[in-house]
Amino acid sequence: MMREITNEELTELLILVQAQYGYDFTGYATSSIKRRVLRFLQLANVTLYDLKYHITNDPDFFIWFKQSLTVNVTEMFRDPHFYRKLREVVIPVLATYPVIKIWHAGCATGEEPFSMAILLHEAGLLDRARIYATDLNDANLQKAATGIIPLPAMKHYIANYQMTGGTADFADYYTARYDNAIIHNELRRNIIFSQHNLVTDYVFNEFQLICCRNVLIYFNRDLQNHVTDLFCRSMAPLGFLALGTKESLLFSEQRNKFEVVSLKDKIFRLKNDQAKC
Amino acid sequence: MTRPNADIVVIGGSSGSIPVLIKILDGIPAGFSIPVVIVVHRLKNVDSDLKAILGSRHTITEPEDKEPVLNGHIYLAPQNYHLLVEEDRTFSLDYSELINFSRPSIDVTFAGVADIYKERSIGIVLSGSNKDGAEGLQAIIAAGGMGVVQDPLSAEYTIMPEAAIAMNTAAMVLTPSNIITTIFSIPGNRQTM
Repeated sequence: MMREITNEELTELLILVQAQYGYDFTGYATSSIKRRVLRFLQLANVTLYDLKYHITNDPDFFIWFKQSLTVNVTEMFRDPHFYRKLREVVIPVLATYPVIKIWHAGCATGEEPFSMAILLHEAGLLDRARIYATDLNDANLQKAATGIIPLPAMKHYIANYQMTGGTADFADYYTARYDNAIIHNELRRNIIFSQHNLVTDYVFNEFQLICCRNVLIYFNRDLQNHVTDLFCRSMAPLGFLALGTKESLLFSEQRNKFEVVSLKDKIFRLKNDQAKC
Repeated sequence: MTRPNADIVVIGGSSGSIPVLIKILDGIPAGFSIPVVIVVHRLKNVDSDLKAILGSRHTITEPEDKEPVLNGHIYLAPQNYHLLVEEDRTFSLDYSELINFSRPSIDVTFAGVADIYKERSIGIVLSGSNKDGAEGLQAIIAAGGMGVVQDPLSAEYTIMPEAAIAMNTAAMVLTPSNIITTIFSIPGNRQTM
């Protein structure tokens, strides 16, 4: 039998976390955060009461809990048609800028910024690009900074890469050793990994492209509006916003500030009169 | 037999379930008003025709995040996401770990629906060759909802229905034709316009 917790118990827990550590999960979508908490109770084999006790008294336990609460699943070139569209439509526009600035918000363990670096490299633009890759979790960023990806996953990414229209030998982009692949250093040189909390942190730069794929799905509508507004204010005029394939601006307060570049691939562009909205 | 009213029907299927789903969808009467949510194990990162295959008679939608769950609509869980429902009757999606080697997982959607719709939910587990769906059906029955399993004798792959029956003695075991007559002709599930 699966354990259950009520919405009130969930809220109490999230408020405790916020009071104690400053991380605000209260704007997360209830159904998925509840699943994460239940999953953690099972994993740690503790009751809700124990969980609250440990969170209150043991910061290391909290780090484990926080890491489990957020979803850190990602892959390289996920949704190949999206990356194909980036190649065809977005990258030619980015090429017109002397310095290209891209933000991957919620980058997990770095697979998406690595994919982006490969696209930019193949377009001859990587040298003048800065890819800011941010995440809530330190552990993710530390792993991302190593550039190491398990080899079995890499084999799956080769197929994805080829579906994006990539024609290079994918194996030229990494060195395989034992069970791991390490992405070549020159591809990672212009990626800056850094901690940033979309809920509580502010604008830190101006970007021509913001990729935030499969992050907003974990937020409720108010928090989605808050984060989309943060993106608006972090965008260069006519900047691009890329979301996950099932994420929509349709239900967002900012929908009128964007025009649709690709509905299927969820690529949007800030309208001309909406700079610094 | 008492026929409960319900606010939602969730159907989970895996290998061998597509012909059954087509048959069931063909049997859904035009006036059937409550939402039907279908979760089928699917490949990821390949274009899929499933929506078109299932949608010959009805319009089938793959919901986007925060899309409202509407009466009279048939929804198909999108590839490579878990599909959940929020308190305000909107869908939300989740790209977390595979459950039972699957994303979408039937257990995830069933448990989520049970949490929100409680006794007003109906869950149906069809043919398949893993054990996804059994725990989800248990959650629906525990919440007071109705659990239905495709009769393994009528199923191309029996592991999934057998696992669901083993875990849920209260589940009704029905052939596809009986699923149509029992679930989709419930008078209370039709809206008289």
